[in-house]
Amino acid sequence: MSIAPIQFDNVTLAYDRHPAVHHLSGAFEPGSLTAITGPNGAGKSTLLKALMGELSPVEGQISRSGLSVRELGYLPQAAEIDRQFPITVADAVILGAWRQIGPFGGVKRDIAKRAQHALAAVGLEGFERRAVGALSAGQFQRVLFARLLLQDARVIVLDEPFTAIDARTTRDLLEIVVRWQDEGRTVIAVLHDFDQVRAYFPNTLLLARELIGWGPTAHTLTETNLVRARAMAESWDESAHICTRPEAVQ
Amino acid sequence: MMLYTAVVEPFVEYGFMRRALVASMALGLGSGPVGVLLMLRRMSLVGDAMSHAVLPGAAIGFLVAGGLSLLAMGIGGLVAGLSVALLAGLVSRTTKLKEDASFASFYLTSLALGVLIVSLHGSNLDLLHILFGTILAVNAQAVYLVAGIASFSLLVLALVYRPLVAECFDPGFLRAVGGMGSFYHIIFLLLVVLNLVAGFQALGTLMAVGLMMLPAAIAQLWARTLPGMFAVAAGCASLSGLIGLLASYHLSTASGPSIILTASLIYALSLIFSPSGALWHFVKRSHLTG
Repeated sequence: MSIAPIQFDNVTLAYDRHPAVHHLSGAFEPGSLTAITGPNGAGKSTLLKALMGELSPVEGQISRSGLSVRELGYLPQAAEIDRQFPITVADAVILGAWRQIGPFGGVKRDIAKRAQHALAAVGLEGFERRAVGALSAGQFQRVLFARLLLQDARVIVLDEPFTAIDARTTRDLLEIVVRWQDEGRTVIAVLHDFDQVRAYFPNTLLLARELIGWGPTAHTLTETNLVRARAMAESWDESAHICTRPEAVQ
Repeated sequence: MMLYTAVVEPFVEYGFMRRALVASMALGLGSGPVGVLLMLRRMSLVGDAMSHAVLPGAAIGFLVAGGLSLLAMGIGGLVAGLSVALLAGLVSRTTKLKEDASFASFYLTSLALGVLIVSLHGSNLDLLHILFGTILAVNAQAVYLVAGIASFSLLVLALVYRPLVAECFDPGFLRAVGGMGSFYHIIFLLLVVLNLVAGFQALGTLMAVGLMMLPAAIAQLWARTLPGMFAVAAGCASLSGLIGLLASYHLSTASGPSIILTASLIYALSLIFSPSGALWHFVKRSHLTG
């Protein structure tokens, strides 16, 4: 699993020309486990959108370890998913095999078996035929993790995976995240809980519309950095001038 | 014997009743499942808007054919409906307007344009035919068109079932795996327009969406899985066609509204008697152990 890092090179992401992430440079090393954290409006989800190819940088470049976007495993925020949609747990998990089955392919026995194993791994054995609408928030998140297990991606991107999830489910799912790193996968997760980040994530990217710190968690989540992050201007400046920082394209 | 006279005889005796029955049942088979997906995608009102968008095309077909030619009006309606669907989609993807807002603007324009064209060149009676349908006047050609659209819809739905489900359930995931959600969305809108054109032949532009949305609402009350909802919706829509036509025959009421009101009646009964219906609020049932 030796691959190049995921590299951000002077990346600026903007809405209506106002930067949501400003001049970000750095790399997610292969096999690293990194938390992206920062206050609300810091640009964390925007950064993930860019990583997932949904938003193009207005400046700078993102290289994804030579992988295409569709090779990344992605867990969207719970709010983006229609939990009342009448789909069974098994069908939701099997979507994780999209690269093998595509839009039209049949679900072969080995894929059905892998889906079953994935469900067992997240503690949902026997839930196959239940509708996802009948699950609790924690059980639903376990289903999405089972789908990621089936995807078997080398790079896994999680957008707020533990929001509104109880402590036991969070602990179980964090164990899976740590196991992914042990298997040599690169894991990137947007998180809000600093204690969780300190306990489980060796690396942290602290964002506040621009990079505050990126490196080992102990060196990044310092009081000084957190004060700087909290001082971030939450909304953009309506009368902002054109960016003249040396690295900006004029 | 009474049952034979009431239920079978009208269809044995009259060719127009047989054609109307085949048309309404075929319509139900296609429109029911399409309506379920439309409702699950929270696009019920978009369906309503689209049914109005069919009107100017139907009106131009009416003018070109020089009268009430169902085929010409059907093709016109198809072109107009698809144009509005694509334009509304384009506007919502390139401007700040959400899809329902752009649909509303386009369908109001279409409706006004359609009524204007028909009223300039036809009589009030023609306008009534277009707005409220003429299921008892469908000819063999129109039956083939409706049955063809129903068959095509079911085949396409079977083919694009997985991406459609993925796009409704978790659009972010589908985008991430490169699932081309917009493409399947357009295919789905095509199915909606096709079924509205088929419905328009029988029920008119104003009620075409009725056999799509009412059975879909009924299905959500009775079934828990998507295939179950498809089956309930298709069955209810077809049953509404059968009962509505018989009611129209025996009570001498207009056929289109009779069909839609039958579906409404099934909907009302479902609101009371379905597993999540009102009745269960008054009946105390023992709870389970786990």
